[in-house]
Amino acid sequence: MEFIQQPWPWYVSGPLIAMVMLMLVFFGKTFGMSSNLRTLCSIGGAGKYADFFRFDWKAQKWNLTVVLGAIIGGFIAVQFLSNGSVIELNPQTVSDLKALGFENAGATLLPNEIYDWDSVLTLKGFSILVIAGFLVGFGTRYGGGCTSGHAISGLSNLQLPSLIAVIGFFIGGLIMTHFLLPLIFKI
Amino acid sequence: MKFVKFLLVGIFFGIVLVKSEAVSWYRIFEMFKFQSFHMYGIIGSAVFLGALGIWLFKKLEVKNIEGTKINLVPKEKSILRYILGGTIFGFGWALAGACPGPMYILLGTGVTSMLLVIAAAIFGTFVYGVLKDKLPH
Repeated sequence: MEFIQQPWPWYVSGPLIAMVMLMLVFFGKTFGMSSNLRTLCSIGGAGKYADFFRFDWKAQKWNLTVVLGAIIGGFIAVQFLSNGSVIELNPQTVSDLKALGFENAGATLLPNEIYDWDSVLTLKGFSILVIAGFLVGFGTRYGGGCTSGHAISGLSNLQLPSLIAVIGFFIGGLIMTHFLLPLIFKI
Repeated sequence: MKFVKFLLVGIFFGIVLVKSEAVSWYRIFEMFKFQSFHMYGIIGSAVFLGALGIWLFKKLEVKNIEGTKINLVPKEKSILRYILGGTIFGFGWALAGACPGPMYILLGTGVTSMLLVIAAAIFGTFVYGVLKDKLPH
């Protein structure tokens, strides 16, 4: 139990993520979380506005079930399987973040500076989350998948398009982390 | 109930992603700063074993539980949409520190403000769907 409550090392977590993907393939499906965003659009009636959302979303109920499970899994992990330990980040990361105004990096899963409601309910904080979410939602459908669909499933199936998409993920991520985050958070 | 297995896979996925800290904004920041092997180890070992598993499924002609041979649909060929869409996704990933899986998982951990990110992501997907035919693919 003590091992479970500690953070899991990469060589435990990575293989378990591969298992998730392989289980879904064995169940006749594929591992791709962003598809659910499209399904949710269809359920909400987006088919009135674009053909892209006119498909049989009921065939995606299995994936929405995975989402429901993921939410429950997140709850179980923090409520019952965690010991509240701090994330052991590279000390350099912690000091880089401090320079950007982030205190106690690693004490929680997410920075309060971004996700705490006090931050979210400012114009800047609100904009950050809305823009970030929009870019994820728009980009993932334009690029045909996210981390699960491209980086895990696609690369495992040796798909060149997925490699190109992952290179894109890194182009965007590196520009954001190295050039834009300092502009956003220093002001 | 045929949905129970998907619920269980989802629960397992949620637990693994929290325990691996892959849902942490800080870990994503650290990854893009190249300051830790952690995330590369997770993704690298997942892809290595995933590729081995898929190769074995194909090699041994394993049938899925529906009784058909495992056959993954290849991604459609293109460069532009993957590089452009991927880059836009990367901007959002590094800013939110969460991609579509972790968004839901983090909601489950009690981060209620994630609902705003999820709503914005649904809206982003909607805007893509509307503009789809006007975008270069």
